[in-house]
Amino acid sequence: MNATALRGYDDLRPLLSLMTGDEKHDPASISTLDAIWVLYDRVLRVSPATADAQDRDWFLLSKGHGPSAYYAVLTAKGFLDPADLAGFGGIDSALGHHPDRTLLPGVEISSGSLGHGLPIGLGVALGLKAQGLGSQVWVLVGDAELGEGSNHEAIALAGALGLDNLHVVVVDNRSDTHGWPGGIAARFVVEGWAAEEVDGRDHGLLAAAYTREHGGQPLVVVAHVESKK
Amino acid sequence: MRNRFVETTADLLDHDPRLAVVLAEITAAAFEPVAARHPDRVINVGIREQLLISAAGGLALTGLRPIVHTISSFLIERPFEQIKLDLNHLDVGAVLVGVGASYDVAAGGRTHQSPGDVALLDTLPGWTVHVPGHADEAEALLRHAAADGDSRVYLRLSTQVNAAARPVAPGRFATVRTGRAAVVLAVGPMLDPVLAATEGLDVTVLYASTVRPFDDAGLRAAVGAASAEIVLVEPYLAGTSVPQVARALAAAPHRTLALGVRHEELRRYGTPDDHARLHGLDPAGLRAAISAFLPVHAG
Repeated sequence: MNATALRGYDDLRPLLSLMTGDEKHDPASISTLDAIWVLYDRVLRVSPATADAQDRDWFLLSKGHGPSAYYAVLTAKGFLDPADLAGFGGIDSALGHHPDRTLLPGVEISSGSLGHGLPIGLGVALGLKAQGLGSQVWVLVGDAELGEGSNHEAIALAGALGLDNLHVVVVDNRSDTHGWPGGIAARFVVEGWAAEEVDGRDHGLLAAAYTREHGGQPLVVVAHVESKK
Repeated sequence: MRNRFVETTADLLDHDPRLAVVLAEITAAAFEPVAARHPDRVINVGIREQLLISAAGGLALTGLRPIVHTISSFLIERPFEQIKLDLNHLDVGAVLVGVGASYDVAAGGRTHQSPGDVALLDTLPGWTVHVPGHADEAEALLRHAAADGDSRVYLRLSTQVNAAARPVAPGRFATVRTGRAAVVLAVGPMLDPVLAATEGLDVTVLYASTVRPFDDAGLRAAVGAASAEIVLVEPYLAGTSVPQVARALAAAPHRTLALGVRHEELRRYGTPDDHARLHGLDPAGLRAAISAFLPVHAG
């Protein structure tokens, strides 16, 4: 395989296999695959050539646990070299079980401890606005990750500020032990966010939700996928 | 020092478009005039200290230099994982400016005291820690920190101050008094009590307004002219800088007496002076401890 040939969604599973050695991937390990793919394929204005450009869009993987789907998409889009995937987690590899932004091109944050990406993303969104930049910020979190209270500090402030360059994708595989009575989207809506709920495997619906108008409000897209349980 | 911090920061924001201020309600009212001038660069996140640090990390990722401020206990201890990950691990810079150091808020009790702040930051690599003893020093160190690239700086402001400002050269200890029996290192607001406590003693007094990086060479030079009897007097947890002293003097036989805030919770209110006395950091307490430590001929 070479980098230029790996452009399509159908190439993601072979790329995942380079990391895991498996031909099959259980749904939980790739719960984020479609949500991330559609962002990089249809929404984010960023490429390997513009990974450090001031006016790029930003994607922050907050749910840094299980990053193989993320690495596969970055590889398909040319940020990473497929030859590096086989070393996943090894002592000489830059691809850890949680990503390190200082080791990988195109990776905006180092993550792994839950509940950091959204608060950081809020700071990025404010920093871009303060510099007059129109770039958009996207943060991916998991449904169980929302248990971390730090997320709710950011949800409240982003809503209060009407931070409309901030977007959150919640990949919901119902992995939170206690669940979210009233729904995840409601937690955002009550703070003033625009919200969409979609099938997290349907690329057309994901793209439509990602690109909807939400002037003056931050946007959350809850992407429902197969239950982990 | 807090007023000087606000005035200096306002001036810095007017002249450096890279700087931003992040607040968590504390001191927000005093920043209202500068916030009116720079609404995009003065951000009050509310009572949300995890967000305070993480948002600063995000601002820094976009190229800004955040000045982050609240009470030290809520700036360093409460969001410590955010400092570890969203500043250090992200490899971005910030200037953290704390007020209410150690027992400034004595009557507030343990919830508002954080004498372990410097020791906690010592678990992370690469932090510069300034402990000014006077508002003039705080201003000079803040201006230095704001212009110091993408470094990670903790500026530890206190209501405990020395009567006179000392010239500050960030990262360098200053010799205030010379003697032969010992080297007493006074950190920030501890200088005046140390000078009073060592009156008439044949000791060198060094003054530190920057404790990290630790001025190893400065300590070695002072020891070269005096006995290798070291007395550390720190306004935070006793013994915080003992590893630095051990490293600086690894090649020389030496003894160290470490004075500072004691580990045990006092569970007392009162005033900062009360707490200084109870921790043995008032002139009388320091004098007794130092005299007991020194060889008998030193006095």
